[in-house]
Amino acid sequence: MAVKFQRPHALCDVRLHYCAGCTHGIIHRLVAEVIDEMGIEGDTVGVCPVGCSVFAYNYFNCDMIEAPHGRAPAVATGVKRARPDLNVFTYQGDGDLAAIGTAETVHAATRGENIVVIFVNNGTYGMTGGQMAPTTLPGQVTTTSPYGRDPRTAGYPIHVCEMLSTLDGTALAVRTAVDTVPHIRETKKMIRKAFENQQKGNGFSIVEVLSTCPSNWGLTPKESIKRLQEECIPYYPLGIYKDVEIAQANADKLAMGGAAK
Amino acid sequence: MEKVLMKGNEALAEAAIRAGCKCFFGYPITPQTELSEYLSKQMPKRGGVFLQAESEVAAINMVLGAGGTGTRVMTSSSSPGISLKSEGISYIAGSDVPCLIVNVERGGPGLGSIQPSQQDYWQATKGLGHGDFRLIILAPNSVQEVVNLVVRAFELGEKYRMPVMLLSDGLLGQMMEPVEFPEIKAETADNSSWAACGTKMQREHHIVNSLYIEAKDLEEQVKARYERYAVVEANESDAECYLCDDAEIVITAFGACSRIAKSAVNKARAEGIKAGLFRPITLWPFPKQQLLDATKNAKAVLSVEMNMGQMVDDVKLALDCKIPVSFFGRTGGVIPSPNEVLEELRKLNGGAQ
Repeated sequence: MAVKFQRPHALCDVRLHYCAGCTHGIIHRLVAEVIDEMGIEGDTVGVCPVGCSVFAYNYFNCDMIEAPHGRAPAVATGVKRARPDLNVFTYQGDGDLAAIGTAETVHAATRGENIVVIFVNNGTYGMTGGQMAPTTLPGQVTTTSPYGRDPRTAGYPIHVCEMLSTLDGTALAVRTAVDTVPHIRETKKMIRKAFENQQKGNGFSIVEVLSTCPSNWGLTPKESIKRLQEECIPYYPLGIYKDVEIAQANADKLAMGGAAK
Repeated sequence: MEKVLMKGNEALAEAAIRAGCKCFFGYPITPQTELSEYLSKQMPKRGGVFLQAESEVAAINMVLGAGGTGTRVMTSSSSPGISLKSEGISYIAGSDVPCLIVNVERGGPGLGSIQPSQQDYWQATKGLGHGDFRLIILAPNSVQEVVNLVVRAFELGEKYRMPVMLLSDGLLGQMMEPVEFPEIKAETADNSSWAACGTKMQREHHIVNSLYIEAKDLEEQVKARYERYAVVEANESDAECYLCDDAEIVITAFGACSRIAKSAVNKARAEGIKAGLFRPITLWPFPKQQLLDATKNAKAVLSVEMNMGQMVDDVKLALDCKIPVSFFGRTGGVIPSPNEVLEELRKLNGGAQ
């Protein structure tokens, strides 16, 4: 009997610790499918964050390094500079990437570090029980913004892709979501593009995936998807914020007198 | 072998390249600057990687990444920068990743001063980060010894799978001395059982990690590490003894300060004072047995340091407090003079002048 569907080889055959309805599982699978389809598992090193996906080193079948909180882009830089032949990716959450690791993120991007960053944004510190994150929406109630995030005292959320798209070293900055099948397919396409960028030496690629946290949002998985669609996506619009390949193609067309895309 | 005149920082950098260091990650800080500058010139020409990181924090994590692939890697900094690196050092130690960390010490605390100091003895030997762990700490006292110990640092780190610190200071880093580079062939250890460098689809994946969520698992890991530390203590402690055999007063001093102490010992001997010098070369492991042997005829021990006496505790513990230990030092970047040390020896000999 032909096998129609199975666990990607790049995903270990173990039980994941994520909560019911959490979208980490989907995103893990997409990364693993891309690694399988590109045939790069044996030459790939992943770097885990601190946060809910801290145990991702047990879930991906490639070699893995666990980084201190926020430092994954620096650890990945070390791997890639030492071994340019390896494919290197980080898998990070919003607290890790956009708060404690802001410097490492921005500077890996501005150096055009030839790595892939998978950025899972659910607007909360999930592992520690739902505190306010740099991407928590204004008004959102968390355990450390019990009256709702007030930008006058707690500041505004960070738009990571928009910020990184201003840097010359960024090759790809794209925001996707995993709320619907088309969005999931688009996310996989962008993850593949990011890994291909690395192989072409294009520079720093970040795929920001809007995600849910039913446990800490206090919603059912279904309600969480609804909130993602009604509150998060309007605040963090999906789309490609920077793609050097599109920019180059447009420049080439303009040079030839054609219309830009 | 031809001798060349080099600054300590530059000689250290050259020795690292010759010892097969492939990657350097650092951040500018005085007084280690020449080390990074030398490597920024040389590494690209000699097949290595030089990268100036956005911070000390990032630099040490780049070391974790490169070292995690089994690549020979180093970073260097000076005192305040080492404080910033301490997070990463703890993770590196907890992940059993070998690497070389250089501290060209300056005055502290805080921004302190940029002059030579030994104020990071405690930090280096007892407090390089959170958790139960050790680093091998090597303390050279000449530019030539800097060169020799760099090679040994890489070898020891890889042999025992642990980070090693070379504790230099502003004096050793900045002064020029004739130095020769012997034919260096640093030994490399087999890292195929742990390094994260791609499975090639031929083995189980390797995980370079310091997290053990079950307390008993973590305890087991830490205890296994301490068994390795016991082997390091048994085999790798090192010291130099100078005129200790008949010495009634033994000075303990490390690094650049031991050179000053040695001058004082010579002056004291000329006056008939039976003085000697004991110089730990490894600060961890502290050469306890060697100190006991060196002080068998001693009536007094004087610890001479460029700090407020940070090594005194280790000296007393090694001697089990059986010989009185006194202290003389200058701090904040002030360098003691041989005559100041000589005066202390005279006092201990029973006659201050």
